[in-house]
Amino acid sequence: MENRQTLNRNLAQMLKGGVIMDVTTPEQAKIAEQAGACAVMALERIPADIRAVGGVARMSDPKMIKSIQAAVSIPVMAKCRIGHIVEAQILEAIDIDYIDESEVLTPADDVYHIDKNQFGVPFVCGARDLGEALRRISEGASMIRTKGEPGTGDVVQAVRHLRMMQSEIRRISSIRPDELYEAAKQLQVPYELLSYVHDNGKLPVVNFAAGGVATPADAALMMQLGAEGVFVGSGIFKSGNPEKRAQSIVKAVTNYTDAHTS
Amino acid sequence: MKIAILALQGAFEEHRQMLADLGAEAYFVRNRADWQQQKDGLIIPGGESTVMLKLLKDFELLEPVRESIEKQQLPVFGTCAGLILLDEKHLGTMHIRAKRNAYGRQSGSFHTTGDFNGIERPVSMTFIRAPYIEQVGEGVQVLSEVDGHIVAARQGNQLVTAFHPELTTDTSVHKYFLDMCVN
Repeated sequence: MENRQTLNRNLAQMLKGGVIMDVTTPEQAKIAEQAGACAVMALERIPADIRAVGGVARMSDPKMIKSIQAAVSIPVMAKCRIGHIVEAQILEAIDIDYIDESEVLTPADDVYHIDKNQFGVPFVCGARDLGEALRRISEGASMIRTKGEPGTGDVVQAVRHLRMMQSEIRRISSIRPDELYEAAKQLQVPYELLSYVHDNGKLPVVNFAAGGVATPADAALMMQLGAEGVFVGSGIFKSGNPEKRAQSIVKAVTNYTDAHTS
Repeated sequence: MKIAILALQGAFEEHRQMLADLGAEAYFVRNRADWQQQKDGLIIPGGESTVMLKLLKDFELLEPVRESIEKQQLPVFGTCAGLILLDEKHLGTMHIRAKRNAYGRQSGSFHTTGDFNGIERPVSMTFIRAPYIEQVGEGVQVLSEVDGHIVAARQGNQLVTAFHPELTTDTSVHKYFLDMCVN
């Protein structure tokens, strides 16, 4: 299982510097792939619509996910509800490349997250700060993203979460080793993971930005703040020209310090 | 020694780290201005080949890169997506045909060790949604096979691996490439 965990973290490394786009149909998946998405997130409704419709948001229909897997050659991700072990098992059974245990869907468990260490398939989880990120990693997440505020097109929460995580990482890197035990207690995280952050100045897994990233400028902002890539949901297929918006975001993420290219 | 690393998308930082461990200087190439800098070699990293190909075109890097490899014989090392980009259907500088996602989805990703022609000890190999080479043409030397499939090859100044040495602590393949850049 440890080998699997490493391979799963490795896949996230390959996604770095890229844009993961929400898609709801095979046609959208193809547009995303051609526009330069490094992976797609297959879901029935994008977060903006989930917000508008209300009710219970669940894992997408496996048949619909399979049609997207068949349409593109890039990795396909899908969301399951927080704590919904069986939805995750179903997604693993259809050979999904990455599962997002996501707060965008209605939580199935208000206390426990999935014990992701029991799975061979990789998981990405949302986090608002370092403590949350390391708890998810300890449960087996092999990639982290900020939670942000999905479906709003408002980047303020994603910025807050990423800045929080980065500043906590900087603080942990600079404390004395003997202070790590108390810091681990306060953050409610395993000492070993915190020790890794102290020694390396970063999370042990790849960290993306998500939740309200809508424009190329938003995406470049998240990269400048230290994100290793971005998830874009409603920002693309809710825009007037999805293809152009998608392409521009991809370019902005690559050349995120050069305002001329976007 | 100065190596350019194509940094459009993917695991470019890992290559920089590996080169730093070997004492070689490196810089990232994201646009034409970056590309103008002096270089003794080029690394095309792992990531998504579709993304990199698109951005190579968008940022007008495709032709300059192809020209440097073919006309100026710039040493180049492609890992995974980098292997795909150098094959006959993409940049076309190497006489190889890559099979994309040859091992299937992420569930088919694996780690192994294998022999590598030109490196004494077995090499540590991490395959992530990897390709392999299904056909080689003139001038291509097969360097490594795993389970009967070609996973590393060389054609003059061009080196490709289907696996990711940059994800391991084994620096031998990078060392092999740096030797290519010296000669």
